[in-house]
Amino acid sequence: MSTATRSGSKARGADKGGSGGQQALPSREKLLDLYREMLMIRRFEEKAGQLYGMGLIGGFCHLYIGQEAVAVGIQHALTEADSVITGYRDHGHMLVCGMEPRRVMAELTGRATGYSKGKGGSMHMFARDKKFYGGHGIVGAQVPLGSGIAFAHKYRGDGGLCVAYMGDGAVNQGQVYESFNMASLWQLPVLYVIENNRYGMGTSVQRAAAGPALCERGHAYGIPGHQVDGMDVVAVLEKAKEITGEIRAGKGPVILEAMTYRYRGHSMSDPAKYRTKEEVQEMREKHDPIEQLKRRMIEGKAATEEQLKELDKEVRGIVNDAARFSQDSPEPDAAELWTDVLVEA
Amino acid sequence: MPTEILMPALSPTMTEGNLARWVKKEGEKVAAGDVIAEIETDKATMEVEAVDEGTLGRILVPEGSEGVQVNTPIALLLGEDEDAAALDGAAAEAPARRPEPAEAPKAEAKQPEGGKEAAGGAFPATTPAPPEPEVPEGTEMVRMTVREALRDAMAEEMRRDDTVFLMGEEVAQYQGAYKVSQGLLDEFGERRVIDTPITEHGFAGLGVGAGMAGLRPIVEFMTWNFAMQAMDQIINSAAKTLYMAGGELGCSIVFRGPNGAASRVAAQHSQDYASWYMHCPGLKVVAPYSAADAKGLLKAAIRDPNPVIFLENEMLYGQSFEVPRLDDFVVPIGKAKIVREGRHVTITGYSLMVARALEAAAVLAEQGIEAEVIDLRTLRPLDTETIVESVRKTNRLVSVEEGWPVAGVGSELAAVMMEQAFDWLDAPVARVAGKDVPLPYAANLEKMALPQVEDIVEAAKTVCYRK
Ligand SMILES: Cc1ncc(C[n+]2csc(CCOP(=O)(O)OP(=O)(O)O)c2C)c(N)n1
Ligand SMILES: [Mg+2]
Repeated sequence: MSTATRSGSKARGADKGGSGGQQALPSREKLLDLYREMLMIRRFEEKAGQLYGMGLIGGFCHLYIGQEAVAVGIQHALTEADSVITGYRDHGHMLVCGMEPRRVMAELTGRATGYSKGKGGSMHMFARDKKFYGGHGIVGAQVPLGSGIAFAHKYRGDGGLCVAYMGDGAVNQGQVYESFNMASLWQLPVLYVIENNRYGMGTSVQRAAAGPALCERGHAYGIPGHQVDGMDVVAVLEKAKEITGEIRAGKGPVILEAMTYRYRGHSMSDPAKYRTKEEVQEMREKHDPIEQLKRRMIEGKAATEEQLKELDKEVRGIVNDAARFSQDSPEPDAAELWTDVLVEA
Repeated sequence: MPTEILMPALSPTMTEGNLARWVKKEGEKVAAGDVIAEIETDKATMEVEAVDEGTLGRILVPEGSEGVQVNTPIALLLGEDEDAAALDGAAAEAPARRPEPAEAPKAEAKQPEGGKEAAGGAFPATTPAPPEPEVPEGTEMVRMTVREALRDAMAEEMRRDDTVFLMGEEVAQYQGAYKVSQGLLDEFGERRVIDTPITEHGFAGLGVGAGMAGLRPIVEFMTWNFAMQAMDQIINSAAKTLYMAGGELGCSIVFRGPNGAASRVAAQHSQDYASWYMHCPGLKVVAPYSAADAKGLLKAAIRDPNPVIFLENEMLYGQSFEVPRLDDFVVPIGKAKIVREGRHVTITGYSLMVARALEAAAVLAEQGIEAEVIDLRTLRPLDTETIVESVRKTNRLVSVEEGWPVAGVGSELAAVMMEQAFDWLDAPVARVAGKDVPLPYAANLEKMALPQVEDIVEAAKTVCYRK
């Protein structure tokens, strides 16, 4: 998904990220792309949940269902020069970075054909050619790493920037602030995206984070912060285009807080007693990113029901193929136990 | 064909569960995402959501069923244009395709979570009940899990001493990520059972400060992997201050949480830190195996005036043992325990590896080798006396640990044997350890990377010069 900054949209009026809701829609093709990619993540994650239930995926498996609009919207504001890094809720980011569903799924099942040869699993996949830097299991660790990748962009002068994603829980880690300080001091081309899905495991943002909105957390370092409706993919895209424009112009780091929601438990074993069913139901019914876009496209005559049904079929086909591939692939060779500890010098 | 709904695995270590309740009834329509049933694991009650849409055609496993194996068909879902007639063929087939017979042995159902996982290997059929010299004759024993024993230890100490408090991620409202602090918030309230933000370096340091000021914090790390964020405060502030202050200021604090590999959670979440902390003067390091030791040692750790590193194991949390019913059962720090007597070879282990060592000893016994198994329990200060005494008798030592071999617990034991038991050794000390690689995710590689019973058996035979 490459140089995608030029969409059909001329409107910049609805700057308040999604609250206006009246911005002119991007082109029909762009909308279909956004829709298709969100759907791909949704179906992929549903399948992953299913395979987990069957015991084919082990360990931790953190699904991105509900948050699709964030990674998809941001990615469409990026160019091929840009890099991405995130935490462990990472399948969606991988797919939008252009990583193959087959090989992502095969990593989930721990097979030789997976992105990490089966050695990393759900939380640890990487693709240098897509400038996707993982896939990290320690909450917050990706934030200094992403700042370092931005440092390398600036050092080389390659015009790229780095998007470093983090959760609303991760934002309380000390290394996040050490990163903010350096990034601002050195004007690094980094976009910090806080995916605020309201909970870090079973702890709501209100119980974990003091102070005003999380997007303000960079103010002490002179880093501008924005908030956007993370359930509205068009709003995310528009906001991201504006912000990445500023970063590309050399103005240094920016924080974007995307207000989003995860429908499933934190990981597979979370009984999710810390929130009400009504809360989840309300988000699903009224704010679902895929349904919202679908409605807008049909109302705006950008697509027909049949067309979208066809698309769903196609996406399911790709996901089923990935699932099959991930089960038919062999486990890694025993010799792989000893490889990749160090590079042969 | 109706779609089979299978008993799902709901956690990394779940192999079976109870079907608590059907939320949807036969004949009801379900949409993808609808909750159809509730399933109980030993940690929690979880909701099962439908993946596909359709009509719940037939329930195959009634509510109230216990010990339902993962992947057993529990219901049949009819698609858009299927009617009930489609059920008959499928239902007849369904039970035949159960991966495990329904009459799976009951003893098996009591196995620890993950006991049958690739990573875990098998536990002995019955939990060996080691002799308990600290317990007076005739004491009543109660069966409880390691999880409950740890919780009881904290609760008892919190009742005795108001300066003891518990702090960590998800310890209060969520009742602990692994449910170890279940019920503590209810009993002791928010003042003493405190949920922290995800900020390990910060709350570990805050805990040390509170300890310096005279409180007795129990700091829970969700897992020890995350304590690497806090390493500086643990070593530089907690371990060294007393010495640097010439005895003027120190801190009583317990850092605790699950240590070591769980089940397929990959390299960043699967590490044994025993030797890391064992290396550092100014700390005590404890790693119990049984529920009784977990309880007695945690009580001792909380009372200890020093920083104590308390290493638990997720695979043991659900494992049951006999625990003495005593008002104040405290196991002294610094004492190893002989959990099986033997005269041919000494095998040492700690935490989960004691289970492996005991299994290996059973296998060895069949081959005429009587192994003496020592549960180290405390790694610092190490009870060299007990180990040396055993080696004087067996003349051989096999050290078992889950951590990496280089500069590991076994390396230290080998050195101690050379220094203190050289003349009694009939063979070089053997080390069984995790492989010298970050822990891989793939099931086959993970199993290869972790010490297995066969590895211990082989090492014991080697030092006994047996084929
Ligand atoms: C340093 C560290 N501490 C704790 C954990 C355990 N943990 C994993 S995810 C998580 C919650 C993170 O929440 P948030 O940042 O909001 O991300 P979300 O899961 O909502 O995407 C916790 C506590 C960890 N992986 N790393
Ligand atoms: Mg969150």
